[in-house]
Amino acid sequence: MILLLQYTLLFASVLMLVALGGCFSERSGVINIGLEGIMTVGALGGALVMKFLPVEAGGAPLMILATIVASAAAGMLFSLLLAVAAINFKADQTITGTAMNMLATAAATVLVKAMNTAASGGSDVSSDIIYTRARDTFIVRLGNFEFNWFMLVALIALIISYIVLYKMRFGLRLRACGEHPQAADSVGISVYKMRYAGVLISGLLGGIGGIVYITAGVSSWKFENGVAGFGFLALAVMIFGQWKPIKIALAALLFGFFRALGNVYTGFDLLKNLNLPSQIYNMLPYIISLIVLALTSKNSLAPKAEGIPYDKGSR
Amino acid sequence: MEQYAVEMLHITKRFPGIIANDDITLQLKKGEIHALLGENGAGKSTLMSVLFGLYEPEEGEIRINGKPARIKNPNDANDLGIGMVHQHFKLVECFSVLDNIILGVEPVDSLSFLRKKRAREKVMEMSRKWGLHVNPDALISDVTVGMQQRTEILKMLYRENDILIFDEPTAVLTPQEIDELMQIMKNLAAEGKSILFISHKLNEIMAVADRCSVLRKGKYIGTVNIADTTKAELSRMMVGRDVKFAVDKEEARIGGEVLKVEHMTVASKQHANDAVKDVSFTVRQGEIVCIAGIDGNGQSELVYGLTGLESLKSGTITLCGKNITKAPIRRRSRFGMSHIPEDRHKHGLVLDYSLEDNMVLQRYFEPEFTNSAGFLKRKAIRSYAERLIEQYDVRSGQGPITMARSMSGGNQQKAIVAREIDKGPELLVAVQPTRGLDVGAIEYIHQQIVAQRDAGKAVLLVSLELDEVMNVSDRILVMYEGEIVGEFDPKQVTVEELGLYMAGAKRMEVEA
Repeated sequence: MILLLQYTLLFASVLMLVALGGCFSERSGVINIGLEGIMTVGALGGALVMKFLPVEAGGAPLMILATIVASAAAGMLFSLLLAVAAINFKADQTITGTAMNMLATAAATVLVKAMNTAASGGSDVSSDIIYTRARDTFIVRLGNFEFNWFMLVALIALIISYIVLYKMRFGLRLRACGEHPQAADSVGISVYKMRYAGVLISGLLGGIGGIVYITAGVSSWKFENGVAGFGFLALAVMIFGQWKPIKIALAALLFGFFRALGNVYTGFDLLKNLNLPSQIYNMLPYIISLIVLALTSKNSLAPKAEGIPYDKGSR
Repeated sequence: MEQYAVEMLHITKRFPGIIANDDITLQLKKGEIHALLGENGAGKSTLMSVLFGLYEPEEGEIRINGKPARIKNPNDANDLGIGMVHQHFKLVECFSVLDNIILGVEPVDSLSFLRKKRAREKVMEMSRKWGLHVNPDALISDVTVGMQQRTEILKMLYRENDILIFDEPTAVLTPQEIDELMQIMKNLAAEGKSILFISHKLNEIMAVADRCSVLRKGKYIGTVNIADTTKAELSRMMVGRDVKFAVDKEEARIGGEVLKVEHMTVASKQHANDAVKDVSFTVRQGEIVCIAGIDGNGQSELVYGLTGLESLKSGTITLCGKNITKAPIRRRSRFGMSHIPEDRHKHGLVLDYSLEDNMVLQRYFEPEFTNSAGFLKRKAIRSYAERLIEQYDVRSGQGPITMARSMSGGNQQKAIVAREIDKGPELLVAVQPTRGLDVGAIEYIHQQIVAQRDAGKAVLLVSLELDEVMNVSDRILVMYEGEIVGEFDPKQVTVEELGLYMAGAKRMEVEA
């Protein structure tokens, strides 16, 4: 039971971080299908720090800080691709995002394989990064419950996101750019700058979400797998959450619960006795997201101008 | 003190294939209401875009309060105290009225948190002072068009703009709202604001403006004092010839029944009540039947049901003896129904298609335009479009290959009229065919509609303009809350009488 709670919170943290990132991008008017890729690249950045930064160097605080900074920076750098393509070159945002997803997994695999091959002199050609010791620094044991510092990071991200979007000047302007960029432009707001900001924030949060995901349950990660569709699940969370932080948090908890069930269902006699193959449980969040989106996407509150490149000249 | 708030001297702006502004001079005195009059495509919007820094003119000079100004973007214009109410409002629909007013000049504390309380007080005070009633917390999507416009005006006043530009502000308003707006404009001018009023409605210009500058086909025609001029003179300056305000037409020669609508009921998308309730009427050959009424009384839904854009809840429609109640739109079109839609951008044109492709939208599959292998005959389409452009005087930058989006509203409408009439329909359904058009284009479209009637076609005209209702129609049906509440002969009824029926104060039992 405690294990279920622990994993629910952990996976919800991932989904919340990434979906909030997507929310910033889409609220500014840029569709971010590339969250999956951003997560992968962010995860890679964080995993490299965890592998190479000795735990002894600065203890847990330095490790946590360095990992988060590296993931965020890697995610932001990668999201620049979307910003440049979608905002400066007015490329189709869906296609750009799809390309980013393919690029991220491939590039990460090549990089890690090359690294492993060189380090082992050719005996290890896997795309795995192992970070067992570093991972322990994130965890604080409270009885049977393993508190993970990332849960706090996600909570802080949620609170800040809400305040920024609804209580600050930046949020008001960002939302205006996603709804009616011509109106924003006519009152002197730079639509391009706001959209850059939105995309970069999605890179930042998406990147952190990536490292949280790959360290959630395991001590090593095979980068061939990317992040196993979790970026898309986060998109579903964002849509189900109607692009609103609080609702996104609730949606993240719901989806996180079903994902956690896949990890820990064997701990429940009732579920175990059903004798269903484990794949069913692993599929659950994805199936739920299909059903939920099919039922709710009709009354979608998507930002009106998202996906449309802003062009000053068009009326 | 400097006499002029704005001087635009010898402005020239060229676009590919067209000189939008050719040596235009406009001088706006401080504290006056100055009308800028011109047909669609005369260059009014371009001139204002130049003033707002959206376009840079090739030649000419702009002076604000006597000082030469370089305006490169809307921010520069705003810094110089110039504000504008755009024809299509620049409001974020899911924001509150207050948020829209403060957007871009938000009051914030040192950490850039929003401080809306002060803003709200300022807005409410301005609202009282100028009689601009708004609810600051209501969402834009929930308030009336009139309140949206007042929000736009408050946006300018909140920024303390002294030079206010109104781009065709009355096109979207009800008669009462127009009166209110005129009064507000006069109040603003009395307080020393300088107002530029872009319009092609002569009545409004005569009622509110001090002076009027006229543009025609990108050229400056002249500036006159309103006190020393007449409507006829203004329209002559605008169009370049005399314009008839009354429509010439012969006695109607009525023939057989073309359209028969029986007990039509259409559901509403906005609310639970039906938008059209058990409506029956007929339209015969050689007559123009006009459906009059205040906007939102079910006219749009009636047309949607008739043309197949929405399905009926109950009732039957018969066109030339064939039951078309459940017929798809293409079959209705092939049976002889033409439709000049209310919203030309949504239902009339594919804006990102070329003019020629728009001309064959309903007919591209016919052997005339498609060969047996399924390829389009581009040459035939081109020459067909060229003929229509020539015959109906549709003006555009590049002829048949012009993108529909880049054309002026009047010419977009002419293109639709050309397409719908050239199809040779039995029934022409025209919904507000002259909305937002200038007098020249209105005159032209009325002539075309009357010509259809004289050729023995049936015409159903839906209009909100009482002048149009009285001048063009042979029979008037008044709609109120989804029902037909009166049937009149335009020669035997007064505008006042019609108004009572339109407002729901009177009704008669109408036999279909």
